[in-house]
Amino acid sequence: MTIQTSLGRRSFLVGTAAATGGFSLAFSFPYAPAMAAEVQEVNAWVVIHPDDKVVIRIARSEMGQGTLTGLCQMVAEELECDWKKITTEYPTPGENVRRNRIWKNYSTGGSRGIRESNQYVREGGAAARMMLIAAAAAEWKVPAAECTAENSVVKHSSGKTLTYGHLASAAAKLEPPKEIPLKDPKDWKVIGKPIHRLDTLEKVNGKQMYGIDVKLPNMLTGAVKACPVRGGKLKSFDAAKVEKMPGVKKVVSIDGNAVVVVADTYWAARTALAALPVEWDVGKLGDVQQSDVVAMLKEGLTATETYIGNKVGDAKSAIDGAAKKVEATYAFPWQNHAPMEPLNATALWTADKCEVWTGTQNGEAALAAASEAADLPVAKCDVYKMMLGGGFGRRGRADYVRQAVLVAKQMPGTPVKLVWSREEDMQQGNYHPTTMCKMTGGLDKDGNLVGLHVRISGQSILASLAPQSLQNGMDPATFQGLMASGPEAAYGYNVPNLLIDHAMRNPHLMAGFWRGVNVNQNAVYMESFMDELAEAAGKDPLEFRLKLLKPKYAAVLKAACDKAGYGKPLPQGHFHGIAQVMGYGSYVAGVAEVSVNPDGVLKIHKITAATDPGYAVNPWLIERQVAGSFVYGLSAALYGEITVKNGVVEQTNFDSYNVMRMDEMPEVETVIVGSGGFWGGVGEPTIAVAAPSVLNAIYKATGKRVRELPLMNNELKKGA
Amino acid sequence: MAVININGKSVDAKVDPRTPLLWVLRDTLGMTGTKYGCGIAQCGACTVHIDGVPTRSCQVPLNSVGGRKITTIEGLADGDKLNKIQAAWVALDVPQCGYCQSGMIMAATALLAAKPNPTDADIDAAMTNICRCGTYKQIREAIHAAAKV
Repeated sequence: MTIQTSLGRRSFLVGTAAATGGFSLAFSFPYAPAMAAEVQEVNAWVVIHPDDKVVIRIARSEMGQGTLTGLCQMVAEELECDWKKITTEYPTPGENVRRNRIWKNYSTGGSRGIRESNQYVREGGAAARMMLIAAAAAEWKVPAAECTAENSVVKHSSGKTLTYGHLASAAAKLEPPKEIPLKDPKDWKVIGKPIHRLDTLEKVNGKQMYGIDVKLPNMLTGAVKACPVRGGKLKSFDAAKVEKMPGVKKVVSIDGNAVVVVADTYWAARTALAALPVEWDVGKLGDVQQSDVVAMLKEGLTATETYIGNKVGDAKSAIDGAAKKVEATYAFPWQNHAPMEPLNATALWTADKCEVWTGTQNGEAALAAASEAADLPVAKCDVYKMMLGGGFGRRGRADYVRQAVLVAKQMPGTPVKLVWSREEDMQQGNYHPTTMCKMTGGLDKDGNLVGLHVRISGQSILASLAPQSLQNGMDPATFQGLMASGPEAAYGYNVPNLLIDHAMRNPHLMAGFWRGVNVNQNAVYMESFMDELAEAAGKDPLEFRLKLLKPKYAAVLKAACDKAGYGKPLPQGHFHGIAQVMGYGSYVAGVAEVSVNPDGVLKIHKITAATDPGYAVNPWLIERQVAGSFVYGLSAALYGEITVKNGVVEQTNFDSYNVMRMDEMPEVETVIVGSGGFWGGVGEPTIAVAAPSVLNAIYKATGKRVRELPLMNNELKKGA
Repeated sequence: MAVININGKSVDAKVDPRTPLLWVLRDTLGMTGTKYGCGIAQCGACTVHIDGVPTRSCQVPLNSVGGRKITTIEGLADGDKLNKIQAAWVALDVPQCGYCQSGMIMAATALLAAKPNPTDADIDAAMTNICRCGTYKQIREAIHAAAKV
């Protein structure tokens, strides 16, 4: 592999070519606008080289979810190109701005890569194909209707052929078509196929470059520590105590709340930072204890002023008049993303230019943050997106980009890579929001659900991250999975009298989007309580749900249960628990098989998960996303808990914030329903059924209803 | 300064001898395939072989290495020919984000060297690295597949 770094050319290329799984792959980072003249941009999405190599431009960020491969499939399907000749590149966010946002949205979260860009990326592929055909027709002086395209070759009905590489130059000069018909799904040859990823080889030989691996001439590395209490300030630091330490170049403060040691290596910077005397002004938030947070949320459970997210009939009257009333209160903690690659960004600032190299889930947000921190217009800034070592929502926020630029600005002309320690990642997160939920249900004498009140109390993500997006103070995202309607995350049960409301209570830690977001805890509340209601009604949890569920939800739940053999005999001591939800446009369900031994030790044997994303673009990758979602979801369910003491996050690393490892990994069987007709997301939805299906199975195994996560805080031993 | 043996070559590492091997590899020698994930020997992203033993390099000071043989992810393939673990990883598309996979592959390579036909329990015991994307299912499958090669 060669790495060419040319700051003068403002480009940074990493290129390789090799064989993997029968497919050739090449990878270049990032988009370099200065291309050789013979390389033709047919349109924004498709670049074709004379040797037929096809470069497909991808705006969304690859962070392991496979969107690079999936989006390529969408373009390639319509382009009719040879899959083996495809490479990809990221157009920079700056280039997107310069070209009037021709690549549209860069934001990579909410499982929206394919579900929101399917139409325009397919049209990009189709338009390029039509132009290549038109170019061939013109060269042959025949009607375009007599020509077809396949495998990077245009063929005339007479049998003559021309390659895409030959035609690209002429095609690029043509007017783009106005009408762009897309293929009928029944004719798809690439979409829906279990195709290998395009980015595997470099991830097994150590050559994949992540943001943390960026190397630039004369680059220095910074280690950062921000005030341990959010909202606190940097009072003072004694740079003289560390400036003579080996490798140390400079000690700077940024934003009045963080201190950074810049050195010639990360270890030198980190060692000096640890030795640096620092005083913080933590303010009164330094008195906040975890019990204060719990009290704040508990108060909201009975508050009278709320935001209403979903209302049908009159739930309170129906519950008051019900033959049987069922109540339960649940609690869901803060959780940290902890992507494997600690946050980092490399910035180079001069008085008229600012450049950033980083792994980001939102290139445009990173560009905006860079511009603001650099105090330079967007036109004088750019961001070169690197492969992400995990994102899970954390890299959608550009706080670390801002920090890197603020440091670089104090060292004009010197590239500075700012690297967060794992401790900084644990303590300066924007955590999965903490909430509690009081469920109240009413059953008639036959065990039918006649009324349900879902009271959520707790933190709003938008109030933390984007208060300008609140709607009259309400955070609609709080109701994910419980919404009255819509293609995104609608509630699946037909309940005659329903009230779902939110008492917003915002403790001081920052909340953020965390893989699965609010669907996760809402599914824990709803699906745990469905089992509690079913038991009170004397019914089987599946039977009870199927009576209330809308058809697509019911179909997916049945598919999961059928595959898992729900209701059939299990090995001695094994029990099934079920859960379903809709999120990110997909319908999902899970069946967990668990056992709990006499000492209270939980073993999750198997998860059977069904997903209906409508069109299943790549079953091979969907299977991997689903299995992975259970690792993330079950890690959180078993261990995930961020707590505060004196306003400071108590967890500091993976020793105090445990996650699932190989020995705890259950077997995962994925059922792809793929009913067609819509485009649902895949990266997140199934995570939400991880915890509730396991909790429901634990109840069957032990008679203990776990209502507060994480599981590690609950004693599962019988009699205890 | 220290002369150490990495991937069969003697290399001069001009750096404070107390520096952990992880940062010597990454910052001093530019070998970035070995990753920083936690710095406290929890996650295993920094796993290298020292005399064949899988070791978390964030806990190994340079001055403790001596003449022992260090192998990193960059040293597994024979030119373009991947070792059988790497090849199985490619065949099964194990990596998602891929950040932990260098450490995973180092751990799995050492496991197969010690136990050519590992059981699931052997895999559980040897593979203690953290993957946040959740590739454990494919890792297990790939180790079994590589064992059959």
